[in-house]
Amino acid sequence: MRSINSPIVRPVLLVLFLVLVWDLAIRLFDIPAYLIPAPIDVAVQMYAQWPMLLAETIPTLQATIGGFLLSVVIGVPLAMLIAYSRTIESYVYPLLVFSQSIPKVAIAPLFVVWFGFGLFPKVIVAFLLGFFPIVVSTVLGFKSLESDMIDLAKSMGSTKLKMFYKISLPNALPAIFASMKVSITLAVVGAVVGEFVGSNSGIGYVLQRANGNFDLPLMFSALIILSLMGVLLFVIIDIAEKLMLPWHISNRLATAGAH
Amino acid sequence: MRSLRASEEMMTNRFPKQVDRSTLIQLNGVTKKFGSFEALKPIDLSIREGEFVSVVGPSGCGKSTLLKLVAGLAPISDGELLLAGKKISGPQTDVGIVFQSSVLLAWRNIIDNILLQAEMRNMNKAEARSRAEALIAMAGLQGFEKKYPWQLSGGMQQRASICRALLHDPQVLLMDEPFGALDAMTREKMNVELQRIWLESRKTVLLITHSIPEAVYLSDRVVVMSERPGSIAAIYDIDLPRPRDLSVMASTQFASYTKTIRQHFYAQGSLDDH
Repeated sequence: MRSINSPIVRPVLLVLFLVLVWDLAIRLFDIPAYLIPAPIDVAVQMYAQWPMLLAETIPTLQATIGGFLLSVVIGVPLAMLIAYSRTIESYVYPLLVFSQSIPKVAIAPLFVVWFGFGLFPKVIVAFLLGFFPIVVSTVLGFKSLESDMIDLAKSMGSTKLKMFYKISLPNALPAIFASMKVSITLAVVGAVVGEFVGSNSGIGYVLQRANGNFDLPLMFSALIILSLMGVLLFVIIDIAEKLMLPWHISNRLATAGAH
Repeated sequence: MRSLRASEEMMTNRFPKQVDRSTLIQLNGVTKKFGSFEALKPIDLSIREGEFVSVVGPSGCGKSTLLKLVAGLAPISDGELLLAGKKISGPQTDVGIVFQSSVLLAWRNIIDNILLQAEMRNMNKAEARSRAEALIAMAGLQGFEKKYPWQLSGGMQQRASICRALLHDPQVLLMDEPFGALDAMTREKMNVELQRIWLESRKTVLLITHSIPEAVYLSDRVVVMSERPGSIAAIYDIDLPRPRDLSVMASTQFASYTKTIRQHFYAQGSLDDH
């Protein structure tokens, strides 16, 4: 009974239940296979196409991670500049918000024109989707420093640099990690969108091809792989967060306590 | 020094402007303005070395501003502010500060939080550590060195922040309502502790509080501030023998001090706390 209640088993149980509902719904309402395939058909197709699916996952994963890393590398320093300079904030922030209202799907073909069919345009789309949450949340992280804390550091004769890496940066890390979790899932979406508009590889390309061939089991297989990829990347960041921020309120063990 | 003090100023609120040998902090006509808003009217006050001075006053009377000025965290608008005969401009090396919240870093354990002071000031690491351990022992925090702030009670967190303020052995300890967030019983306990720490270390303490009993219990002198713009309404010498234990609070002398001070606020119709 203990194993049923473990937090890793619970979501698996829920997925099994949903698959059961899916299967039952198809039988009960007599849904034709060209609308929704049966779970078993998806499983068969996924097994048959497994080597191809796995091979096509790699470019998507590359584009996702590339876009995500670019988001962090550009987003975090940009957020720092915005948090520390009102002038930069007033110039850049409205433009950032404006850039987010441009539909990325609509401008993705432009990147294909500019950069061709390779990895790069996909990375750019993943970056465009992924970096905005990082900037917004990191700015908040850097700005949410108690004024007493700033006074304390000043009273200690702290230099700006020491204040940054001993106080401001660790203080912002929880917000940065939270935004990275949002960013990585959006980067997956970005990579797939990039593959939709201009690519001959990747899971997004598989999705489009399967769509064209009315191969619904293959489409579902590709969707499952995409979801698993998103979950896996999310979990990796979650673990990194727990390792790096054991002190944060969200990671504290209930057993610890002094009184 | 005691007799000199007694003859020098008994229950007066103005002090001679010349800096005498034992004066550590000297304010001559210090004012503070934020734009056109006048936070502090000209303040004259001198605090002697080793003295425990409290400032009481209604909320928003500028008592915290006064502390920030002495800490060098905000510039004065006019007048003269001296620490050990030197003008205060910017943060001081010889000052430790305790705030209302303990402002401990959540990602550092207690000893590392205390050692932040050493890191910021580039102190010798080994010396700082042994001094931190001594302070931890003095504050009764042994066994909690490796605990994180959230694992400690509010009173213990504040003790840790006092240790941090004392790590670099400053002459002056500035405290801005340090026990304001604690419950009444913990607060009394902390008052006893603070008196003990003060008697051991003989720092010059400037304590901002809005608890009149706390001010009377701890202080050599209590400065009463009036409503904004802040100015000094009166200064009282508290002539109670040291060390004081909590039972002194039941004495008639203690009651007469608190009554006299309290009347300032009733007269102003602005008693907001305790």
